[in-house]
Amino acid sequence: MPAQHLKKRFDLRGWVVPLGLLALWWLATAAEWVDTRLVASPVAVAEAAWQAAISGELWQNLAASLQRNLTGFALGASLGLACGCLLGLSRLAERLVGPTFHTLKQIAPFAWIPLLSAWFGFGEAAKVAFISLAVFYPVALNSFEGIRATRRELYEVAQVLGLTSTQRLFKLLLPSAAPAIFAGLHLGLIYAWLTTLGAEYFFSAAPGIGNTMIDGREHFAMDQVIYGLVVVGCVGIVLNHLAGWIEKRALAWREPHHH
Amino acid sequence: MRSDFLSLRQVDKRFPVEDGELHVLDDISLNIRQGEFISIVGGSGCGKSTLLRLLVGLEQASGGSLQLDGAPIEGTDPERGIVFQDHRLYPWLTVEDNVLLALLNSPLSKAERLQRVHEHLRLVGLEAFARAWPAQLSGGMSQRVAIARGLVNRPKILLLDEPFGALDALTRAQLQEELARIWLAEGITTVLVTHDVDEAVFLGDRVVVMQPRPGKIGRIVEVDLPHPRHRDHPRLHELRSDILRDFARH
Ligand SMILES: Nc1ncnc2c1ncn2[C@@H]1O[C@H](COP(=O)(O)OP(=O)(O)O)[C@@H](O)[C@H]1O
Ligand SMILES: [Mg+2]
Repeated sequence: MPAQHLKKRFDLRGWVVPLGLLALWWLATAAEWVDTRLVASPVAVAEAAWQAAISGELWQNLAASLQRNLTGFALGASLGLACGCLLGLSRLAERLVGPTFHTLKQIAPFAWIPLLSAWFGFGEAAKVAFISLAVFYPVALNSFEGIRATRRELYEVAQVLGLTSTQRLFKLLLPSAAPAIFAGLHLGLIYAWLTTLGAEYFFSAAPGIGNTMIDGREHFAMDQVIYGLVVVGCVGIVLNHLAGWIEKRALAWREPHHH
Repeated sequence: MRSDFLSLRQVDKRFPVEDGELHVLDDISLNIRQGEFISIVGGSGCGKSTLLRLLVGLEQASGGSLQLDGAPIEGTDPERGIVFQDHRLYPWLTVEDNVLLALLNSPLSKAERLQRVHEHLRLVGLEAFARAWPAQLSGGMSQRVAIARGLVNRPKILLLDEPFGALDALTRAQLQEELARIWLAEGITTVLVTHDVDEAVFLGDRVVVMQPRPGKIGRIVEVDLPHPRHRDHPRLHELRSDILRDFARH
């Protein structure tokens, strides 16, 4: 077991491909196998990123995107959780809202853009609404299914022990649905970041990391486009790891070490 | 001590099924003394679990009446504790919190509750595992926690539905001894359902032998041996052979 741990922690083989690609990229631009106006060299990209970092422009754009991302996520996730739990807990709510919910979930978030812009314009409100819509569905659906999947046997225990409905919610239904809810939140987090970039493309220009890339393309500054791409990827990875880390701690009961 | 502490009168149970109804229990009448240990033995499908589910209040009888301590049994109530064959611990709660679950609505103070929980974990020999997750326990340990959870609220009766059926023979024998010890210590009225005739005669003051389709009481065998008992007492072997002969006949 400890040996396996060490191996996992120090296994550097996963770096071989990315480093190889980086080397190839550098070689291709240095030897001018490609048009450097279309593919900026790694050095130029690092330079552009460094400049943006010391001028503060990078941080300003990153902060704007993250704020948009997290606001949309928080809004969509809380509405999704509330809606999913309500549908999961109440048969009546499911009969009333369920069919509409299951029909609307077929519509891809991007298909909502015309309607959202009609309702919210092209500014920050529309962007946040767009992001929260993308987060809403996976969270709502997973919470709903998680609560519904609560084992009947465990429900009978709550009955036998005389738990109140509040106690049933907090001691049984929500913990039992927690793995599904976390899966939904995790998915929501990924969708939120995707749609944050989408929102910056489709709605009006404002500070943001997506905007940095659009600007770069318009000014034919490929170094700027590529560093934007790298930042987007890094943020995605960080968010993903953060979600995994929180999930693992919250659901420690699922895979405890054995005595 | 009253002799009809737990009383079943002409209890009948039918389940609606696709083509009509399934008659599961027929004319079950039984009086159980306070503090008595009753074993109910029968083949699978003869309605043993259904009978316990009626007693705990998870099902309603189609006919007849069930009374505990003079009051009709209606729905579930903390005064009736049950241990299922599958331990049914909540995997997201520690051992301690699983047992504490049974005291959530008790009038005791928080400190008293914790003390009561630890008392019962000690009773089943698992005090050291109070902070463990159910996933870290063996089948036998999980079932002990379930017994502690069933007892912690000091119910009037304890119902056990094939509690050791899924355990290996050694663990099963060990837990039977422990159950006998706990029952002697607590003096609680106990109904144990099992398909293991050895277990039924080893533990029970009386053994109710059930016949299938529909489930009814075949006969009731008095086990006239004081507790604590020795597993290889010749009288137990006699009774066991006697009961098994009964099954062979049907
Ligand atoms: N909720 C139910 N609906 C329909 N049939 C049931 C239900 N519960 C139990 N039965 C049937 O009743 C019979 C007795 O079941 P059970 O009480 O579980 O027997 P045992 O515990 O002795 O094995 C079985 O044939 C079973 O299929
Ligand atoms: Mg059964």
